[in-house]
Amino acid sequence: MIEMNRRELMATSAKVASLMLATGMFGEFAHAAGEAAGKGAFEAKSLADLVKALGYGAPTESKDVSITAPDIAENGAVVPLGAATTAAGVKQIMLLVEKNPSVLAALFNVSPDVETSFSTRVKMGQSSNVYAVAVTNDNKVLYALKEVKVTLGGCGG
Amino acid sequence: MADPMRIRAQAAGDKTTVRVLMAHEMESGQRKDAAGKAIPAWYINEVSAALNGKVVLTAEWGPSVSKNPFLQFVIKGAKAGDKVQVSWTDNKGEKRSDEATVS
Repeated sequence: MIEMNRRELMATSAKVASLMLATGMFGEFAHAAGEAAGKGAFEAKSLADLVKALGYGAPTESKDVSITAPDIAENGAVVPLGAATTAAGVKQIMLLVEKNPSVLAALFNVSPDVETSFSTRVKMGQSSNVYAVAVTNDNKVLYALKEVKVTLGGCGG
Repeated sequence: MADPMRIRAQAAGDKTTVRVLMAHEMESGQRKDAAGKAIPAWYINEVSAALNGKVVLTAEWGPSVSKNPFLQFVIKGAKAGDKVQVSWTDNKGEKRSDEATVS
């Protein structure tokens, strides 16, 4: 499965790259080379938009997914977020911030060699819900959410 | 060339926790400079991690990941002495790859 995804990714990247070389726009559009990014995942404004862009089913809240986030973030520029799941057959884990210009913050493609648990830090413009989303191999979308209050925004300025 | 990443990989039983700190501006494209002009986005958009050369994790990031990004993940089955490689690519096409030994 992973191998398949990689192959697709490579093929798509190569196609996109040659297209861009041909049109001389390599630097301009290099950021669209990723698989999910190519589908417009980073332009999505809500969880519903995002799963539609990626071609997955409707999201359902699940106890198998957990999100680690502070109740109050003093500095919106650095908010530690963690996503983990105990669900079986997970292929992707995503971290979302509802009120950011692009809801999708990070997307992880899981392989059987890593645990389905990730932590990173994100910027938040304002108080908002954050989501941990797990996508299973049969394209089911499970999520958990938590509200984070931000006292000092991290975008704009 | 961007500054090196700081990678720490610690084995506990059959699980290895990898913590990575990358040095990158992660400019969101939302901010404006003193003259009111938007500062163009500049961020890491692809990250991958490999254990002894075999890719175990790929990730796509957006501009909302914090400046000098931190990433923690757990590799199954790695043992002391194994090599963990982490690499990233940003939206300007710049790349950086670093390696650490599991301890």
